[in-house]
Amino acid sequence: MSLNILEIRGLKVSRGGVRVLDIPELDIRAGEFLSIIGPNGTGKSTLLLSLAGLIRREQGEIFFHGKAVRNGAELLAFRRCLAMVFQEPLLFDTTVYDNVAAGLKIRGTNRAVIRPVVEEYLALFGIAHLSSRSARKISGGEAQRTSLARAFATDPEVIFLDEPFASLDPPTKESIIEDLGNAMRIKHTTAVMATHDRMDALRLSKRIAVMDGGRVVQIGPPGEVMHQPVNEAVAAFVGIETMLEGEVTGSSDGVLTVNINGTSVIATGEFDPGDKIICFIRPEHVTIFPGDHPSESSARNVFRGRIVKVQPIGLLYRIRINCGFFLNVHVTQQTMDDIPMEPGMHVLASFKATAVHVIRKA
Amino acid sequence: MDLILEGIKEAIRLLVTLDREVLGITWLSLEVSGLATIISLFIGISFGTMVALTRFPGRRLIVSIINTGMGVPPVVVGLFVSILLWRNGPLGMLELLYTPTAIVIAQAVIATPIVAGISLASIQKLPEALRLQILSLGATRFQMVRMLIREARLPLLAAVMAGFGGVISEVGASIMVGGNIKGYTRVLTTATVMETGRGNFDIAIALGVILLILAFAVNAILTGIQQRERPR
Repeated sequence: MSLNILEIRGLKVSRGGVRVLDIPELDIRAGEFLSIIGPNGTGKSTLLLSLAGLIRREQGEIFFHGKAVRNGAELLAFRRCLAMVFQEPLLFDTTVYDNVAAGLKIRGTNRAVIRPVVEEYLALFGIAHLSSRSARKISGGEAQRTSLARAFATDPEVIFLDEPFASLDPPTKESIIEDLGNAMRIKHTTAVMATHDRMDALRLSKRIAVMDGGRVVQIGPPGEVMHQPVNEAVAAFVGIETMLEGEVTGSSDGVLTVNINGTSVIATGEFDPGDKIICFIRPEHVTIFPGDHPSESSARNVFRGRIVKVQPIGLLYRIRINCGFFLNVHVTQQTMDDIPMEPGMHVLASFKATAVHVIRKA
Repeated sequence: MDLILEGIKEAIRLLVTLDREVLGITWLSLEVSGLATIISLFIGISFGTMVALTRFPGRRLIVSIINTGMGVPPVVVGLFVSILLWRNGPLGMLELLYTPTAIVIAQAVIATPIVAGISLASIQKLPEALRLQILSLGATRFQMVRMLIREARLPLLAAVMAGFGGVISEVGASIMVGGNIKGYTRVLTTATVMETGRGNFDIAIALGVILLILAFAVNAILTGIQQRERPR
């Protein structure tokens, strides 16, 4: 018996003659929280709908607990083991209570049995006090809580979440994420979430799959996806701003010397001299100091450079440095207050060899 | 002015004294148009929903035909139903021409495209993903369609009002297929036409006022339901 609750093999979906999804193989493990991230229009929602048996697949098979799901009665039985929450709450024009009860009513569950179940889930998502209110007259956050309670009320084995937080304000999102995490723990539900927000994915996921152009290009634990992207597209999506092409000039015991635009950078990895490679460096892994005297930093890579651009990004500043190659760094407002940084300023930039993730150039 | 006042007085007298003939005519109008509306609701909502939820070649043409049908003159419908029910016509053996049933058929034909058109628009206006949301809750296709219709129930009440309003007030088809036979197929509109032709304006006005009250009452009831249903 496999540990996978859902397996996809050879899935292909087209829209208007254009292939929008091509997934040769994807496994969902029982009890995990898998996030599917990627830019808009990359097929995340389509993948979710396919997994949930809600759109017709022209090719490919879905295995549920190792058994192939066929169309017809089997598909209905399969769908009744799942639930889905969309970006829009999509509530019915009735009370909050009746919304949460909808899945059970569809299954023909006895009224007396429904009541305690619905009440449990209303409480779990903090909306018990709204029970008799009209679903048209509650706030966006309350509506999404109702939608989540409705999905959980049928006790699904797998729950699919399609951008569930995208329309919520940050504090509402925070408290809903907390309640969702809580519900997942109590009910041991498996979840698959599509999101374009990598931070949301990091909050909840055991694994993250990155999609690009209808394909899953990388899947793994959050740390691996964030720090060791397999290609430039994934790197860009997970927030890596420095991507440097170069050539390996030395390699011993996993320590690499890389020539980037005439400058030697120390990195780690298993490559041979002469290999064409790309180095990825996360902006938060670089530190900068004013002036040009090397300090007591333990980092293997220390470079003199000049600031070429300072750009505020939310609560941080993005600083672009030319040190023979271009390096992006994020600094906090506090750092900026201590050392005001401006274009033209001379600085030292440093990062550890282990902060450099190296991939072979395609 | 006197004419109108006299007419209203006469109408009140006819109503208050429960004039048997007027009551009979009013009742038949309600019965015939009500039945026609109910029939058109079954066919129109089913058809409109089906067209709204499916994609097939020629769908645009069907939608155009429905929309055109919403404005077909009752006289034209009367003509076609007359031809169908004519003694030597394709359905002549049913001997339905000049019966209340014939009026019901003609009025149902008039109301169905109205109901279908409004149903189509109401169902189409629901969010695209609602269908998927309902299916994801474990609904069968039949349950899904029922729930969608339920979600569109408020605009669908407008379909009931438009359908009923359209047929209770039409005269062309009723007179052609019903024949305005006294005590048998005479309805409010056909009676009004006849009395006006005879110069009996007081009775004609009385019938017109009753027709208006009737149309108003039915719409008031439906509007009441619609507004009460509006969530607080």
